[in-house]
Amino acid sequence: MFLFFLSSGLFLGWTLGANDASNVFGSAVGSKMIRFKQAAIIASIFVVLGAVFQGAGGSHTLGKLGSVDALGGAFTVALAAGLSVFWMTKSKLPVSTSQAVVGAIIGWNLFTGIPTDMTSLTKIVTTWISGPILGGVFAVLLFLLMQFILRKTKIHLIKLDAYIKYALLIVGAFGSYSLGANNIANVVGVFVPSAPNINLDFGFFTLNGIQLLFLAGGISIAIGIITYSKKVMMTVGNSLMKLNAETAIIVVLAHSMVLFVFSSQSLSDLFVRIGLPAIPLVPVSSSQAIVGAILGIGILKGGRNIHLKVIGKIAIGWVLTPIIAGLIAFFALFFMSNVFNLKVSENPSKFVKGDVIVKEDTKVTLDENTKLIEDFEFNNADTKTFDIYKPAIIIVLIILIVLIVYQLYVIHKLKEKNKLEEYQESIEKYDAQQVMLENELRMASESNLKLEKEIEDRDKEQKKIALSIIRKNEILSKLKASIESLKSKPEEKLKYSDLNSLKVLILENLNIENERKSFDLYIKDLNKSFYKNLEKKHPGLTENEKKLCSLLRLKLTSKEIASILNISPKSVEVNRYRLRKKMKIKKDDKLAKIIRKL
Amino acid sequence: MINIFKTSKSVALSIDEFFDKIDLGILNFKKGVNNYIDGNSIEFKHNLKAINVLEQDADSIQRKIENDFYLHSLMPNYASDILDLLENVDEIIDMSKDVVNQFDVETPHIPEAIKKDFIELVSFSAKSAENVLPAARIFFTSPDEVKDKIQKVLFYHREADVLSNNIKRKIFQEFDSLKLSEKIHLRYFALHIEQVSDATKNVAQQLSSLVIKIKM
Repeated sequence: MFLFFLSSGLFLGWTLGANDASNVFGSAVGSKMIRFKQAAIIASIFVVLGAVFQGAGGSHTLGKLGSVDALGGAFTVALAAGLSVFWMTKSKLPVSTSQAVVGAIIGWNLFTGIPTDMTSLTKIVTTWISGPILGGVFAVLLFLLMQFILRKTKIHLIKLDAYIKYALLIVGAFGSYSLGANNIANVVGVFVPSAPNINLDFGFFTLNGIQLLFLAGGISIAIGIITYSKKVMMTVGNSLMKLNAETAIIVVLAHSMVLFVFSSQSLSDLFVRIGLPAIPLVPVSSSQAIVGAILGIGILKGGRNIHLKVIGKIAIGWVLTPIIAGLIAFFALFFMSNVFNLKVSENPSKFVKGDVIVKEDTKVTLDENTKLIEDFEFNNADTKTFDIYKPAIIIVLIILIVLIVYQLYVIHKLKEKNKLEEYQESIEKYDAQQVMLENELRMASESNLKLEKEIEDRDKEQKKIALSIIRKNEILSKLKASIESLKSKPEEKLKYSDLNSLKVLILENLNIENERKSFDLYIKDLNKSFYKNLEKKHPGLTENEKKLCSLLRLKLTSKEIASILNISPKSVEVNRYRLRKKMKIKKDDKLAKIIRKL
Repeated sequence: MINIFKTSKSVALSIDEFFDKIDLGILNFKKGVNNYIDGNSIEFKHNLKAINVLEQDADSIQRKIENDFYLHSLMPNYASDILDLLENVDEIIDMSKDVVNQFDVETPHIPEAIKKDFIELVSFSAKSAENVLPAARIFFTSPDEVKDKIQKVLFYHREADVLSNNIKRKIFQEFDSLKLSEKIHLRYFALHIEQVSDATKNVAQQLSSLVIKIKM
């Protein structure tokens, strides 16, 4: 239940982080001297540290102003402050979270009828005025110091740029620490009286309930910085006056010093020790401190570059914020207590007797056991202490083991994936090789087919020529027959026409002889490889026998072969027989078939 | 972030080295033109070779500086202005190299009577450039002192301007023996030499504005 009520404070912390981080890192990130990621990490860490280790001072003062002792009341006050900040931001009016919270607390005081502690209020309002003035003074002094240092040292501009980047980080860290220390009171200060009585022992240090509350508030500010401040940072800072990097460092440093001064208990104690009045530990507006610092430098430079309209808006905002927040808080409390019946206030008591809080209307004997609540430290037997050291170590160890196991698993998966990829790669490679081989095979078979076709064509050509020779031989035979018939005729019956036709036939015979010769050459050329194989297998064959073999290869009959070779078919048969003997072919085997196989 | 000191130191050294190259380039420019006018061809060739090498070196250093600026986000608010300044300074050696190369390629005939004027013109242009470099160097360490150094630059630039006009007037009005083409040729050489001082004036003006910008 406590966490539910705390949510409004955490929401206020988130808005504070989103808006006020730009006061610290806005110029640095906006001018691209520092990356947003770096700024966000540093700001988050140091805001939490500042909140936890130095946040008590401001909370104490706010507590004196109005001790919101009911959780419902604290929730409503924080919510009212948050809503007024949100509404004024939407209306584009500059707003201070500190002022909103103070106004809301006063609203609670008015609602519950508790008189507002005027001393505290005066302290707070005084710091609203002195804060910016102090910021201006610090800024001027720092500016003059920096000018002096730069003039004397004559650092190269490029090296100076590197120093400025580091300085912005360091000053930003200090500023974030101060922001956390000073402003955590705004975020969760109203919940302090309702803080749980527990201690968490981390071994090296212990956090009490209030510090845990501050830790939660600090974390909410850090989340606001990380999630939403980038947008604000990129558009910040130069609405009042244009700042260069050196001026930005001075402004942030001056602002951080102001916030630190107004939240440091040890510094306040030191002042008291040396006889000076104590520094009021009050939540100071970060925005106001920045404005004061910028104005200080602007006035030092002659005031020309200051945008006066912006100053006017800021002044209006400073006046309106607490009033609006107070009004919203008053009406919200009325609403919460009457509509939801939420307890917005316990009967507040001022005294603690021993360990017991005494109610206001009870009479109390003032003795050494009786103390005012504000001076009493809640360190009594009711406080529960949790030893978080051992569980934390165990949890960390478990997390480490889980991470290691996960990492090993990831590595193993990665190895398997690599293996699988290699395997797939090799398969693809083999597939590719196979395809390549198939292509080569296909190409080889295609070329084979081509060659076979060529051979076939040549064979056809051969046959054609052979047939032509055969045909011509037939003509010769006719010629021979004609001459025989002319011879048988008596001389006086011989005619000129008979002799002429004979002449024609003879002329044709001459062509046949030439054709035969070219045919022989053609056959020799075509059958070079056949002749080679023939010689290899049957070395003793004569030229005529080789010619006969090549003609048999063409599947010509004995009659056709006889016609080509100009011998009788009987001679062809005899030559075939002799060839069979020479080639040692068996009776059952066919000569032509064996020759074709060659 | 850890390397940023090392990088910034290295860039500062590179900028110094860059200015050294420009300085040597100007010296070679002055010597080269003088050697040409005096007829010392061997020394002129030597100056020509030297200025070409120096110009290339200056270009490569400039590119390295530019890379470092963008890679390491140095001086993000002023990076473009500073790189622009270096570009304009580089322009000085580029022009000087072009002039010397033109002398080599076009071999202008310079009459005896006007040689002394040309030598003086080169001297003024070179002095103007020689005085702008200390101003550019000191801009990076003491911007306040830039203003004092710039005065000499502007003085020599004005002198170069005046002398260049006088040379042109002499060429066209007194040298009747020269052909129009020769007069025009000589006129262009006077112009090119004068333009080196124009480049240095640009650098001087840019330095003045940068000083104001940085102070703001």
